[in-house]
Amino acid sequence: MPKLIKLAGPTGEQAAQWAENTFVHVADEDAIPEAGDVILSLARFQAEGDTLLSSNSRRVGVRIEPAEEVEALAYDLPRLSVVALAFPKYRDGRAYTSARLLRERLKYEGEVRAVGDVLQEQAGFMVRCGFDAFEPNDGATPEAWTKAANRFRHVYQRAVDARPIAADERAQAQAKEGAL
Amino acid sequence: MYQYDVIDREFLTDRSNEFRHQVTRRLAGELTEDQFKPLRLMNGLYLQLHAYMLRVAIPYGSLNSRQARRLAWVARTYDKGYGHMTTRQNIQFNWIKLKDAPDILDALAEVDLHAIQTSGNCIRNTTADPYAGATAEEIDDPRVWSEVIRQWSTLHPEFSYLPRKFKIAITGALTDRAAVKVHDIGLILRRARDGSLGFEVIVGGGQGRTPYVGPTIKQHLPASSLLSYLEAVLRVYNRHGRRDNIYKARIKILVAALGADEFGRQVEEEWAKIDQGRADLGDLELARIRGAFAQTPFEALPARSEAFEAAKAASPALARFARNNVKAHKKPGYAIVEVSLKAVGQTPGDATADQLDVAADLAERYSLDDLRVTHAQNLVLPHVKLDDLPAVHAALEAAGLATPNIDLISDIIACPGLDYCALANARAIPIAQDIAKTFADPDRAEKIGELKIKISGCINACGHHHVAHIGILGVDKKGEEFYQLSLGGSGAEDASIGKILGPALAADRVAPAIDTLVDTYLAARQGEERFLDTYRRVGLEPFKEAVYAQAD
Repeated sequence: MPKLIKLAGPTGEQAAQWAENTFVHVADEDAIPEAGDVILSLARFQAEGDTLLSSNSRRVGVRIEPAEEVEALAYDLPRLSVVALAFPKYRDGRAYTSARLLRERLKYEGEVRAVGDVLQEQAGFMVRCGFDAFEPNDGATPEAWTKAANRFRHVYQRAVDARPIAADERAQAQAKEGAL
Repeated sequence: MYQYDVIDREFLTDRSNEFRHQVTRRLAGELTEDQFKPLRLMNGLYLQLHAYMLRVAIPYGSLNSRQARRLAWVARTYDKGYGHMTTRQNIQFNWIKLKDAPDILDALAEVDLHAIQTSGNCIRNTTADPYAGATAEEIDDPRVWSEVIRQWSTLHPEFSYLPRKFKIAITGALTDRAAVKVHDIGLILRRARDGSLGFEVIVGGGQGRTPYVGPTIKQHLPASSLLSYLEAVLRVYNRHGRRDNIYKARIKILVAALGADEFGRQVEEEWAKIDQGRADLGDLELARIRGAFAQTPFEALPARSEAFEAAKAASPALARFARNNVKAHKKPGYAIVEVSLKAVGQTPGDATADQLDVAADLAERYSLDDLRVTHAQNLVLPHVKLDDLPAVHAALEAAGLATPNIDLISDIIACPGLDYCALANARAIPIAQDIAKTFADPDRAEKIGELKIKISGCINACGHHHVAHIGILGVDKKGEEFYQLSLGGSGAEDASIGKILGPALAADRVAPAIDTLVDTYLAARQGEERFLDTYRRVGLEPFKEAVYAQAD
């Protein structure tokens, strides 16, 4: 089972920590285990998800490939514990858009997990786009992950995280100056 | 000019520390070259034929004297004493050692320069009209909007791993000196009939293997909605641009496949879903950025300078320089001065450290501390008093920088070619030097008039050959360098893609062929026609016959 790193703590100053990974990634050709939390492909979920979710108390997640549109999950999101966004290659940047859409447009509050070719160099971008769980495949520790995610003291554009952008910081500084 | 504040500076420090950490890991063997490559590329560091090349961003081509001197210092300290201006208003250093790169980035950061996103599949340095803030034809200052985009695009969390590189150019003038129609996104500032400021948005232009003049997908985007609209364009591209084939991954391929109307519709649909209040920049920040560019203390001067007129009358060299390199300024008594980096025999776009220092000194003393780099690989002193032109010309002449050939036949754009570049099929620089020598007579060059020759050493088209009046593309024919000529391209407001003249020519036949093309043009020219105008009137055939008849 891949190691899992999750963000914990209030938004903006989250530290990454090891987390127990209770989910099993079930390949399309494999049988779904009798019990336990599972992550299925979108096609598998669309075929068998209803039965799984209604028949027992286990949690279900869906794995979305870069070419698949997260909008396909709009109806099911409230019942999903995890949306796993796949990075077949870390240079494939489509999952960043998927994560933002899940959070900003579909208002998904469950876990958004990065799986596949996941490197600590991407930590900052992933956190900003709304990922909160990671299966790194470069051996990154939570310490390295936290450091990479918080390397920049300032950001220039609004994203999913609530970080003030440079323009906000400047406006605040100006307001403070005006108040003196 | 825009001044970095503490936020911009801390950002560069953080970036520099991150890269130093990555280089340390690479040199210690903790990162493989494969893992390191995208990281160094995002910091402008390429591995070339002989050494690392560092590409430093010059946002919208604008430098102050301190920055220009620091670039000179880098050239002297870490390179072989020169730098190369690129067609994206950046500067490249061709002889860099990997271990020095972090120190160089630190030294650049001290003067608010960096190499962020000068390579990689991300939003590259935004380019703009090099006459911004100086030309009277300007509807609005494109630097304001370029700076807005610079900040927005810097380490954008969603758009740093796009299908392919992404280039944005902006002009605020009708004369297009930024080649906006052959960019991934081209923006033209316009006023609507009600006076409101907006952009004409062109998407999917480009060069490379599949050149396109980009279609307009929005006639009038309200200026204050720029960032939300860019977000919509980039999101549609990030989701739907091809990733299976590097040669079909640029946005132009997506736009062409969908059709401009359908692409535009998808952008509108996405844009409507974006929370514009969140995505767009607030008025306060916009005003802060605008204010930074507005504070140019021009003096009230008479429109005519007796000193300049007298000096011109006395010096044919100054008069020739004035005819070709001095352009109209929006303020009476001022001029825009183009500084050619295309002296005969020189590598187009190269400036020595000493020349950069001279340009910095002149910018500081005579041009309100403002120096520009053009996409045609020259420099510009944008705000020179007419009274000071004789002194500026003399100083440029002493530094070998007074070549009076702007937009003339020897003002050639050329990529580094096989002399430096690992991708090239053929050399570009010696071809440019040959042509410049052939047309070294300045009287003849002036008689020929505006003629834009552009040379690329391979199909990637860094030398913009598709949009040249005469384009030259280096090709490999069984291990030999050959050159394919094309005619009738333009990267300006009358943008078009050139047509191939005929079979490729051996290197030693290129300059003579250009000579033949020019003679054909001069014989057919009517009135004040430029080469391009004549070509467009008479077509390819007469030129083709002249060049290939000679060969038989």
